[in-house]
Amino acid sequence: MNKEWPIWEIFIRSKNGLDHRHVGSLHAADAEMAIQNARDVYTRRQEGVSIWVVESKHITASNPEKSGEYFEPAKDKVYRHPTFYKLPDELKHM
Amino acid sequence: MEKNIKDLEAEFQKRIDNGENIEAKDWMPEKYRKTHIRQISQHAHSEVVGMLPEGNWISRAPSLRRKVALLAKVQDEAGHGLYLYSAAETLGISREEMIEQLNNGTAKYSSIFNYPSLTWADMGAIGWLVDGAAIINQVMLTKTSYGPYARAMVRICKEESFHQRQGYEIMLTLCNGTEEQKAMAQDALNRWWWPSLMMFGPRDEESPNTEQSMKWKIKRKSNDELRQQFIDQTVPQADILGLTVPDKDLKWNEDRGHYDFGEIDWEEFWNVVKGNGLCNRKRLKDRNAAWDNGKWVRDAATAYAERQAEKRVSKAS
Amino acid sequence: MSDINKEALYDYLLLLGDNSMILGQRLGELCGHGPELETDIALTNISLDLFGQVRNYFQYAAEVVADGRTEDDIAMLRKEHEYKSSLLVEQPNTDFAYVIVRQNFFDHYHYMLLSKLVDSKDEQIVAVAKKSIKEVEYHLDFSSTWVKRLGDGTEESRQRMQDAVNELYRFTRELFKPTETEERMANLGIGADLPSMEEDYYKQLHALLEEATLEVPQGEVFQYGGKEGRHSEYMGYILTDFQFMQRAYPNMKW
Repeated sequence: MNKEWPIWEIFIRSKNGLDHRHVGSLHAADAEMAIQNARDVYTRRQEGVSIWVVESKHITASNPEKSGEYFEPAKDKVYRHPTFYKLPDELKHM
Repeated sequence: MEKNIKDLEAEFQKRIDNGENIEAKDWMPEKYRKTHIRQISQHAHSEVVGMLPEGNWISRAPSLRRKVALLAKVQDEAGHGLYLYSAAETLGISREEMIEQLNNGTAKYSSIFNYPSLTWADMGAIGWLVDGAAIINQVMLTKTSYGPYARAMVRICKEESFHQRQGYEIMLTLCNGTEEQKAMAQDALNRWWWPSLMMFGPRDEESPNTEQSMKWKIKRKSNDELRQQFIDQTVPQADILGLTVPDKDLKWNEDRGHYDFGEIDWEEFWNVVKGNGLCNRKRLKDRNAAWDNGKWVRDAATAYAERQAEKRVSKAS
Repeated sequence: MSDINKEALYDYLLLLGDNSMILGQRLGELCGHGPELETDIALTNISLDLFGQVRNYFQYAAEVVADGRTEDDIAMLRKEHEYKSSLLVEQPNTDFAYVIVRQNFFDHYHYMLLSKLVDSKDEQIVAVAKKSIKEVEYHLDFSSTWVKRLGDGTEESRQRMQDAVNELYRFTRELFKPTETEERMANLGIGADLPSMEEDYYKQLHALLEEATLEVPQGEVFQYGGKEGRHSEYMGYILTDFQFMQRAYPNMKW
């Protein structure tokens, strides 16, 4: 038998109230081992309070060649942002 | 819309010139991919082989405090190897392939780890000099063009910050200790100084990869520039310790604003690179033993995982 | 506290610390030689936890004796027969199966021990136990999953695990046979009552071995002695490394 342990992507919540964030990847034979390895590799310096693991092969990524059609059309939609709207200076909070 | 390779390459170079990062799924020239696989895996191998000379002193550390610090440091190197292998894997090579290249001697790793660690003072000298030299390289690499490599370097630099201090503190303690301890520290500096300078690689005029690497921002400073930077920052640190750098030509040059230094023994450098250092064979033998002895463990974990997955499927159906 | 009890408390702290120390040392030998990077890192974490505990116990022990000895003097400057670690923890890293089985046999005991010590009448022991029990809960979790994985992995891994179980099982009962000090500390409400833990220990351990498709050795002749300073041949070599610097360069600061 010659099968490498699969790659897992590791997501860590650094403290409650924050999102899980991608921190890196590692190898593990199964999900349980992936969680333990993630704990041992990526939280040695108190970096986390919660771990998600997902096998890399289950991630589908957008195609970088389509990044133009996907992401550039959002550029000129400035009306989605608060600064687009002119309001009098006296109005402090809105 | 078909684009020809020339256009793609020009576009690619423009992105790099603009300071953009390249990510794993982006188009890249085959040579960029290959160069990165080679450099990142070499870097990973260096971390992993680098565990051995220091690992050699874990069981003999002189105090509990020193023992936990050294353990944590060597463990970090395993982590750094892991991050780097992961970065290389985004380019389409498996960790197993890379480890096989290391184990069968076709891949290179930093020659510094083919020198023996003979005394406790070597733990100080390695942390101070070898990690000191490595950090200079690694800080530069946090801005390298390939995203996964740059991100691995950011994490590594963050974690490395205690490594050099750990080494320097060991040296400081020895230099404030007995005559015997101070002599031990001086001896370690004598043995590690020149190999540390060699870590920056051959002189610029003999470093064929530099120009392309600069263009791709894999490197942002030349070997000689980095070496000079290392010497300039390290000599005053040796002065604080009260140790003598083993180079009779070492002298501050007011005009250049840098230290002048003596000739590196390039014959020794190439000898060690070619596998003829004192410990080359032992390092590879140890890595091979760890990998071979671990095979049944890795296989068993795979078999177990597969069986558990089958069980879950049959339960679900 | 009377002088006699003080001496017993010191002795008890050695009994607690030495097991963690010798096992930590054994795991430290593996750093850089593990079967996979992730596993290497995990074992070093366990070693670091154990040495952290040792420092807590021995710093307290140094306070108790109050004769100028430091944690390092206590850790490194005893004669072989003055170390009180059990025979189990000094057994060598023969292969990864031995490492995991030794760890798991100890973790089961260690976790139960700390579960008792969190209710000790000695506040400092309670403090160390409360911190350590979380670490050890993870050790037990980690080593138990590996026992299952390797026991029920491949034919080769099962065989290796069974060999390790057969070899190491005979060192387990020593953990529960109290020395005079352990008995005294238990009576004072400071230490754990070891014999009362034994039945649960074997129940849990046997259940795990069964789940891992491993056989429980039958009719073993149990081995005792480490806790009273009578060690196996391995101990001298462990100490040769462990004490090297302190012996070769006495009375220096590092």
